[in-house]
Amino acid sequence: MKILVAVKRVVDYNVKVRVKSDGTGVETANVKMSMNPFDEIALEEAVRLKEAGVATEILAVSCGTTACQETLRTALALGADRAILVDTAVELQPLAVAKLLKALCDKESPKLALLGKQAIDDDCNQTGQMLAALLGWPQATFASKLKIEGDGAEVTREVDGGLETLAFKLPAVVTSDLRLNEPRYVTLPNIMKAKKKPLETIKPEALGVDVSPRLATLGVAEPPKRKAGIKVPDVKTLVEKLKNEAKVIQ
Amino acid sequence: MSVLVLAEHDNAALKGATLNAIAAAVQIGGDVAVLVAGANASGAAKAASAVSGVAKVLLADAPHYAEPLAENISTLVAGLAKQGGYSHVLVAATSFGKNVTPRVAALLDVAQISDIVAVKSPDTFVRPIYAGNALATVQSKDAVKVITVRTTGFDAVPATGGSAPVEQIPAGPDTGAVRFVGRAVTKLERPELTVAKIIVSGGRGMGSAENFKVLEPLADRLGAAMGASRAAVDSGFVPNDWQVGQTGKIVAPELYVAVGISGAIQHLAGMKDSKVIVAINKDEEAPIFQVADYGVVGDLFSLVPELVKELG
Repeated sequence: MKILVAVKRVVDYNVKVRVKSDGTGVETANVKMSMNPFDEIALEEAVRLKEAGVATEILAVSCGTTACQETLRTALALGADRAILVDTAVELQPLAVAKLLKALCDKESPKLALLGKQAIDDDCNQTGQMLAALLGWPQATFASKLKIEGDGAEVTREVDGGLETLAFKLPAVVTSDLRLNEPRYVTLPNIMKAKKKPLETIKPEALGVDVSPRLATLGVAEPPKRKAGIKVPDVKTLVEKLKNEAKVIQ
Repeated sequence: MSVLVLAEHDNAALKGATLNAIAAAVQIGGDVAVLVAGANASGAAKAASAVSGVAKVLLADAPHYAEPLAENISTLVAGLAKQGGYSHVLVAATSFGKNVTPRVAALLDVAQISDIVAVKSPDTFVRPIYAGNALATVQSKDAVKVITVRTTGFDAVPATGGSAPVEQIPAGPDTGAVRFVGRAVTKLERPELTVAKIIVSGGRGMGSAENFKVLEPLADRLGAAMGASRAAVDSGFVPNDWQVGQTGKIVAPELYVAVGISGAIQHLAGMKDSKVIVAINKDEEAPIFQVADYGVVGDLFSLVPELVKELG
C-alpha cells in the first residue's frame, strides 16, 4: 500500500512572528522555517504503518518554492521513500494545494493520503477536506487513532465534547491531530541517507492545475495588544478587585 | 444577496455556536436561511425558526443525516448553494464546521475563508493567522463565499423572537462512504468550555491529574467550566477536549482564571480575548502575567483554596 503524505514548510512554531511594517504580511525573511508540526505527525504515522508492514511506500509531497526541498529532505530523513516538489513561486492557497495533490493522487494512486489537520501559519484547516472532496474519497479529520485492516480503516477523531469513531474503505484522506503520535527525531545517519533518496520536481502546469489565488489579502495587521494588568499582593485583594472593579463575580 | 447558514444541532435543539454564525450572517446582510440537516430533526428546525434574524428554515430530514458525516452533508449543502443561488454559506468554526465546510467549498470550486472574526463588507473579512498573532483582511473573488465563523468574534443572536417558516426540502444522496461506529462523549457536570461565562484552567504547574482536583471547588463556586493548557493535556492530567489554545478550543469568557499556566503563545491564542484574565503562578516572570488583568504570584496549592474561602 502506498501512502501520500503532504508536508508544508512554515515558520517554526517557536518563532514569534512579526507583522511587516507595510502591512502586507508577516516577516519571513531570515526566520527559522520548519515542517508544519501536524504534517510531522502525519508523516510519523505513515512511517509507523510502513514499519508495521501495512504500508510499502511513502511518498512525501510539498508545494511551494524551491526552498521546500529542505522540508522534503527532512521528510526523507524521517522515513519517506521518495519526494515530489510541486515547484511554484505563486502564493498557494488551500484549494490550489488540494488540486495539486489531487492531480498527484490520480497519477500515483495511493491508498491513503495523510495530511496535518492545519498549518500553523495560515491556520486554515482546509486542505485535507478539500482533497477528499475533489477525489470523492471518504475523510477522517482530526484523527487521534488510525487502524488499518485490509482495505478498510477505522479512525478515532477528536471532536467537540469527546471522541468519535468512523469506519470506511480505502482510499481515503486522513488528517492528523496532535495526539495521533509523537514524532521521532531526525538522526544524522538518516539525514545522510536521505540525500540519496529521489526528489522529483514538477510544475503546476505539468499537472494541469491553475493555482491562481482566489482570496486577495488586502492587509495584515497586529491584533490589538492586551495591556498587562496589575499584580495583586494577595487573594483578598484579588476577590475585592474582581467584585468591585472588574465586576465579573458576585 | 442571500446567506445560507448550516446549523449544528443534535436533532432536538440547536448548538449555541449556530447563533454566532447567524450573527455573522446578519452582519453580511440579505436574507438569512438556516439549513437543518438531520434525522427526526423537527425540534432543531423549530428552534431555528424562533431565532431572531432568520428568514427561513430549510429542513432536510433523512436517516443518513442522523450523524453529521461530512460526505453526506457537504453534498447536500453544495447542491443547495448552487440551486438556491446563495451568495454566502456560513458555518460556525466548531469541529463540525471545520470538518464539513472545506468539503463544501471544494465541491463548489471556491476558496474557503476560515475562522472569520469580523465582516468588513459582503466580500471582505478579517481572520486571525499565526495563532492570532496577526489579523489578515481578505477579499474573496469567488461567486459563493464559503466561510467558517469564529464564535468568539460575534455575539450570539437571541434564540427567540423570530418566527421563520420551516420548509421541508428533499435530502441529498446517501454516499454511504463512511460508517459511524460510535461516540465517546466526555461527561460534563459543568458548563461547556466554549459557552461558559467563567473558565478555570490549569497548566503544567498543576503537576498531576490528582492535583487538578484542587481547581474543582473553585470551578464549583464560580459555576465555571474547566480547561487546560496543551502542556497539561499532553502530560495526561486531563482529557484532550479540555485544551484551550491555537489547536484546541478558542474561548472568550467574561472571566478566565489561569492557574499554573505559563502562557505560551499557543495558549494565549485560545483565550486572550477573554474579558478579564486572572493568573495565578509561582513564576513572576511567566508570560501569562503580560496579558493578565490581575495576577497573583505564589503557590497555587495554597492560593486556590484561599481564593475559594475568600469567595465564600
